[in-house]
Amino acid sequence: MKLLTHNMLTSHVKGVTKGYPLLIKATEVKVNEVDFNPQFVTRMIPKLEWSALVHAAEELGQRQDLPDELVPEYENNEEFLKKVHRVLLEVEVIEGCLRCPESGREFPISRGIPNMLLNEDEV
Amino acid sequence: MRSLSGTLFHSSVSNRTYFESATNMATSHSRSCLQYLLHLAQDNLDFRLPSPFWCLDGLSEEDVSSVMSRSVCAKSAFELWGHGKTHSELRTSLLSYPSENMSPFMQKDSTYRINVYTFNKTLEFADRIKRIDAMEFLPFEGTVSLKSPQHCFCLLEDYGTDPNNIPEHPNYIYFGRWIADGQRELIRSHSVKNRHFIGNTSMESGLSFIMANHAKVSENDLVFDPFVGTGSLLVACSHFRAYVCGMDIDYNTIHGRGRSSRKDQKWRGPDENIRANLRQYGTEEMYVDVMVSDASKPVWRKAALFDAIITDPPYGIRESTRRTGSHKDVTRSPDVFYAESHVPVSQAYHLSDIFTDLYSEEMVPLHPCLRLISNCEQTLSSHTSRRLITMEKIKNPEELDSLAHLADPCFSPYQGHNAFREKYFSGQNKRCGKEDSKTVVNGE
Repeated sequence: MKLLTHNMLTSHVKGVTKGYPLLIKATEVKVNEVDFNPQFVTRMIPKLEWSALVHAAEELGQRQDLPDELVPEYENNEEFLKKVHRVLLEVEVIEGCLRCPESGREFPISRGIPNMLLNEDEV
Repeated sequence: MRSLSGTLFHSSVSNRTYFESATNMATSHSRSCLQYLLHLAQDNLDFRLPSPFWCLDGLSEEDVSSVMSRSVCAKSAFELWGHGKTHSELRTSLLSYPSENMSPFMQKDSTYRINVYTFNKTLEFADRIKRIDAMEFLPFEGTVSLKSPQHCFCLLEDYGTDPNNIPEHPNYIYFGRWIADGQRELIRSHSVKNRHFIGNTSMESGLSFIMANHAKVSENDLVFDPFVGTGSLLVACSHFRAYVCGMDIDYNTIHGRGRSSRKDQKWRGPDENIRANLRQYGTEEMYVDVMVSDASKPVWRKAALFDAIITDPPYGIRESTRRTGSHKDVTRSPDVFYAESHVPVSQAYHLSDIFTDLYSEEMVPLHPCLRLISNCEQTLSSHTSRRLITMEKIKNPEELDSLAHLADPCFSPYQGHNAFREKYFSGQNKRCGKEDSKTVVNGE
């Protein structure tokens, strides 16, 4: 699971009102190189929940020097876009789980793939 | 009753060129008086007008080239120089074509060749040469080069669409300058026959590219498929340089486990998955994620995240339609252990319910935020067909646009029973019974 996906995912356990962002408990994290594409990163930034991204990177020990706040005029800041590119598309959780911040329900991640299915009594 | 299956939505509001649609062929920048001729492939006939030849007005050559750079339905495009019902009509038409439009392509120092194409008839070699020689009245000044001509011209003869009634003379004749070929080659190069990871219902490559074109999937888009299966649609979208993600309720499909869909192989290999499919076509860097999830449950945070949603939802014939849930009203303490491999009980997810969950009207689903762009029907058998529905998001949802209108009585024909599956198999049995009353169908 890449952090771009994590940034879009919420918990949908019945009754949960604040299911975002999901906490990440990782036992295996990989960094896979992906071609840097500044246009795509620039397009995605306005869609991101920035603080959730920073927090997720932090949880995985992959924050490096990603700033707390989105920098102004990031479109022309290649160095910054490369940092965002790295956390969005290169850092991957291979094994671990996503934890609902309200209910504590855990969604397992195995072989890089999150399992978001709920049990029959949770939907 | 006809039924719905191949479906797709477009969620971004944009003015990009719209591909493959008969009503909305292209937006042109510079209008010109030139006419263009498209030669369309002879498949997905339900999606288009009967003739494989299609004249277009009001476009520029750039428009035509841009369509051809994406179309898997068109074989070639020509700048139309003349046309007519007979060879003499064609000659008159060509002679009235402005010479200043022709001369740049007929210069002394240029090379050219003339092709002859006949639709619904095969010409003898000698007859083809005769046709080419008959074009001598045009002021060609260049040298013929069969191998690498600078300019290609084509004489196209249309002998109608009935193979049992081929006329002696063509119904219609066209002559023009070749501009570009379409992307038919993609259908072969991306064929599921040679794909690493496939399933029982993997979408064929041609339709996958048509769907990606309908959704105007372009470079740097983020595309999502909620019923991803083996990822055929993501393969097509990633070819157009879109980033892709998907979900499926089937754990084995997403993890590439379980029984193989190939006849000579019992179990899937260790690396049979969607990511490996993209790798096969050199687009792995476009892979974002896939996950095991139920598309009828909201796992995305509420925001306009995707540029396009493109999918082939399950309709329960070759693969069952399932969603999480139980037939019983189970109440269990929430502190149970969630094993990674736990597979929740799934219940039959009828097409009727898929309509109510994902769409909002009976046959052609409507939603206040979505505008219907096209509705293409593909006939599958005498009593079934599926539809490719394209919609464009025109505004963001407001409170009023909630699902209240789903209570509409137009849903009643589908409620409470798996209408399409029943219809499908009842028709199947009836038809087989008629054709061969001795054949035992489905063990009956």
